[in-house]
Amino acid sequence: MNEGIIVKPRSVVIPGETLARGMDYLPGKGTYREGEEIISSLLGLVDIKGNVLRIIPLKGAYIPKKDDNVIGRIKDVGYGSWEVDINAPVTANLLLQDATSAFIDKDLVDIRRFFDVGDYIYARVVKVSKYMYILLSTREREYKKLSTGLIFKIKPVKVPRVIGKRGSMVNVLKSETNTELIIGQNGVVWIRGKNRVDELLAKKAIKYIEEHAHEKGLTDKIKELISKWRDEDGWKKD
Amino acid sequence: MAGKKIKRPDGRKPDEIREISYELGVIKNADGSAKFKIGNTEAIAAVYGPRELHPRFLQDPNKGMLRCKYNLMSFSVSERKRPAPTRRDTELSLVIANALSQCVFLEKYPKLVIDVFVEVPQADAGTRCAGICAASLALADAGIEMKELAGSISAGAIGDLIVLDLTKEEEDWPKGATDIPITYLPRQKLITGLQLDGDISFADFKKALKMAMEKCKDLVKKQEEVLKARYKGSDEE
Repeated sequence: MNEGIIVKPRSVVIPGETLARGMDYLPGKGTYREGEEIISSLLGLVDIKGNVLRIIPLKGAYIPKKDDNVIGRIKDVGYGSWEVDINAPVTANLLLQDATSAFIDKDLVDIRRFFDVGDYIYARVVKVSKYMYILLSTREREYKKLSTGLIFKIKPVKVPRVIGKRGSMVNVLKSETNTELIIGQNGVVWIRGKNRVDELLAKKAIKYIEEHAHEKGLTDKIKELISKWRDEDGWKKD
Repeated sequence: MAGKKIKRPDGRKPDEIREISYELGVIKNADGSAKFKIGNTEAIAAVYGPRELHPRFLQDPNKGMLRCKYNLMSFSVSERKRPAPTRRDTELSLVIANALSQCVFLEKYPKLVIDVFVEVPQADAGTRCAGICAASLALADAGIEMKELAGSISAGAIGDLIVLDLTKEEEDWPKGATDIPITYLPRQKLITGLQLDGDISFADFKKALKMAMEKCKDLVKKQEEVLKARYKGSDEE
């Protein structure tokens, strides 16, 4: 049996497909080791970084992990905590001590003053326990309540593409459409522009990226498309 | 054993299965879905999840659960089947769930459930096997972490001829027929589903099992082709 990697980088693999033989490589996300072999456990694309093999999934739900930045909706307010829907299979929790750095006596203050049911928040995942107990934090400055703007969902597996390498795609979107933009790791997107047209333009661009995620040179293409769309009219109605 | 050789009604060779076809993404609202056709038998599988498991007391903090609902549609058989779930439907739901649980990494989905719905719009024997083949493909399509894909086929005997993939006509063979639905995971070499209806000698049983396991490999191979064809063109950045 020949050793080393069997599949080509960036090729489509299915669960149960052997990716590499021998002990020179390590199994990353979406793969597992059985004996001498590294086997894929997901439908996706092979990604090789150094000697670590991992699978970029093509489909699937958002499973939270530590240090993800997410956008969530407050589902319920409890005594000193919030229940937050973060587009994951289970709801997350935000405790009062993680919400703000100031000391607040929860017996005296109605915590709905900070976040109420239905509010959207930008938060960080601080803990995902083995048993799917998820804790959020909004302590740092960048995390906040999202009061105005446009919110919509994209497929969680396409998020890395919309963000681009080191945020290249996001930067293009921000500068070309003059909008503030937050893309949650969980596939929820928040846009705020000076006017409605900018917001819708950014949304259209993001939806385009989501659909054409596999294409090359998308960053440059998006620049062109945005200036083209800006001159057109028809689409503004939807 | 004496007497003239038994011929299959549709002229197939003993180890020949009916014509098969897979189709992906047939149900828009599902997270993953697939249709599998084998001859006149047709099964549609839809996968939802992973999602929170309700009722809560069924939640296991250490591993997830694969739940299946098999439904033989009322118009799928020649005499109308009453639409309420029968004992047979309940049993097959369990059989399919058990067979598929082995190929999913359930420990990666604590407290969660993966729901598999198998609908059979047209039945001509071997519906549980068709259901498992469709569900295996739908699970992969839903992006669930799996050890591998599963293949499933029925083996059996008509008279004393060992055959694969019996039709309804063959199952009702006047001189007696045996039906052995088998689910096989080719990479782990694991049989995750095995039932037997009828009687058969041990030697014949082993022969039938071997034939079915070989065919399951082909079925999984075909699933691989379908998945790769569907997501071809995704392999560029």
